[in-house]
Amino acid sequence: MQGADVMREIAVVAFAQTDHRRTTDELSEVEMLMPVLHGVLEQTGLKTADIDFTCSGSSDYLAGRAFSFTLALDGVGAWPPISESHVEMDGAWALYEAWTKLLTGDADTALVYSYGKSSPGSVRDVLTRQLDPYYVAPLWPDSVALAALQAQALIDAGDTDEPALAAVAARSRTDASANSHAQVRGSVPQGDYVVRPLRTGDCPPIGDGAAAVILAAGDRARELCRRPAWIKGIDHRIEAHGLGVRELTDSPSARLAAEKAGAFERPVDTAELHAPFTAQEVVLRKALRLGDDVRVNPSGGTLAANPVMAAGLIRIGEAAARIHRGESDRALAHATSGPCLQQNLVAVLEGDPR
Amino acid sequence: MPEVLKAPLVLEFPFTRSLGPIQSAFLTGLRERVVLGVKTGDGRTLVPPVEYDPVTAEEIRDLVQVAATGTVTTWAWNHEPRRGQPLDTPFAWVLVRLDGADTALLHALDAPGPDAVRTGMRVRVRWAEERTGAITDIACFEPYEGDGDGDEERQPAAHTGEFEDMVTGIVAPARLDYVYSPGRAQTDYIHALSGQRTVGERCPTCRKVYVPPRGACPTCGVATAEHVEVGPRGTVTTFCIVNIKAKNLDIEVPYVYAHIALDGADLALHGRIGGIPYDQVRMGLRVEAVWSEGGRYPDHYRPTGEPDADYDAYKELL
Repeated sequence: MQGADVMREIAVVAFAQTDHRRTTDELSEVEMLMPVLHGVLEQTGLKTADIDFTCSGSSDYLAGRAFSFTLALDGVGAWPPISESHVEMDGAWALYEAWTKLLTGDADTALVYSYGKSSPGSVRDVLTRQLDPYYVAPLWPDSVALAALQAQALIDAGDTDEPALAAVAARSRTDASANSHAQVRGSVPQGDYVVRPLRTGDCPPIGDGAAAVILAAGDRARELCRRPAWIKGIDHRIEAHGLGVRELTDSPSARLAAEKAGAFERPVDTAELHAPFTAQEVVLRKALRLGDDVRVNPSGGTLAANPVMAAGLIRIGEAAARIHRGESDRALAHATSGPCLQQNLVAVLEGDPR
Repeated sequence: MPEVLKAPLVLEFPFTRSLGPIQSAFLTGLRERVVLGVKTGDGRTLVPPVEYDPVTAEEIRDLVQVAATGTVTTWAWNHEPRRGQPLDTPFAWVLVRLDGADTALLHALDAPGPDAVRTGMRVRVRWAEERTGAITDIACFEPYEGDGDGDEERQPAAHTGEFEDMVTGIVAPARLDYVYSPGRAQTDYIHALSGQRTVGERCPTCRKVYVPPRGACPTCGVATAEHVEVGPRGTVTTFCIVNIKAKNLDIEVPYVYAHIALDGADLALHGRIGGIPYDQVRMGLRVEAVWSEGGRYPDHYRPTGEPDADYDAYKELL
């Protein structure tokens, strides 16, 4: 949705994330989550009681338990009763829900958080359970296999090749050297094939982590943050679930979401893309019309840390934090869900002119 | 700090799913070695077929039969097959556009190695020997050098979608394996139980003692860490009488399930009440934990014989 004149100004005013790690056995979800909740509250000086709306994203299949998000609520302090909601998706979609809540005027501040522990199970297999249960899921095609089909389609189309994919991996992990939260940093071997044509280096690390942001409207945002990251537009779109119906070398849903979010009205200087596999960055750069002058994934992106269910929210948080720090004036943040970029969310964030 | 506990956790469901008219025709067709697609409003043929047009969302019902031969549109070599996948030897994942179809079907291709696979190669269905009406009735695809009978140009033929003994549902087994760890606070709790002690945690802010502890105060939203031993005696704050026998549970009905506020705790936990007729259990009853031989948690709670607690003593803990 585009930021029209009548809309409320809404900004990301704080962002925190965990150090992402391969395993966090010693922590329950709520124990992993609490430091980031406290982090964003401390940044703004807000207390739980000051937050008008709370929204979270997580997955029961990842946790292996029904209603797993209810336990995480202990970390929020849900007594006296709070206004709360949850999406069984990446936290970027929880942020979208919170943004609409703020737009209505029913709330001036919102806390958005998400978390995922991939370490207890096999995330490649867990993600098969989001596929069409009649024709696809009974074949158990894992997430790497589906991404590899997309990568081969791109190679056949002449859009990329294996050395170019390796370069995406190397650039991401080199950039991640400056990100103390990242799980994989610096020079990493491209490794053997996992599912050809994708090698270890083309795939995201498997790990655990959490993130939180605070949104605020209008003057409240200016009080809470020196340079708020205003959400100028945000939109999300989905494509057919049938992989064979879709054009895997393109991402029409990402392009449409970007258009509706106003991303093409003026150039962006930064893009945080949720591209868990190298080949998906190739698709997104094309779909989102990102030139070589745009700084893509300065955080290292999802190839450096991929806490499932938090990785998309982290893209928005990283883009916002660059605006907070004055390193970006207009940034695009993208989140995805489903196999081969099936669902895409795009937010455009801007700082006030300096 | 004791070592954090871990245990295997297996989730296994035989998901039973009913089929709509199109899925029923498609999967029954596979059982009969017939591949069906469906025509969209703009004249495309979707295989596998769906009930609604992905572009217009119109209901679509015009079934057609397509060939069991087709062309690979993209592929990925899987050298380490995983549990549940169509083949247990290395294979290629493929999207195959069957002759007569406009969309591609995901399946496996049995080929000797990645060098034997390419986009554009011709393949055909290898049928499973035993077919039940499921996507796995296609065992996999195999390379096919056709005899040039013009299958590529074959036009799909209309089909009623009707067969003897239609398949109306599938059972899709799903199994996921986890290694569950309850985290630091609950590990401490479970370790204490193994010594027949019940340990809660005190909130540094509101001073309430939570049992079982989960590492956070749900009121204040802050971490808890201070251990507090509670019980072994407590007070029944409220209860219910269970009249239905649970499967695999060897407890005679009726029995009483109660909220029990252990002495020193600010949150009631729940447990079964024994050693007293079910119709004599009451709010305020004083109870204590009874551990079975080698039990890892209290088997039940029984009356201590003390006078009942004053309502005011537990009214905040109901």
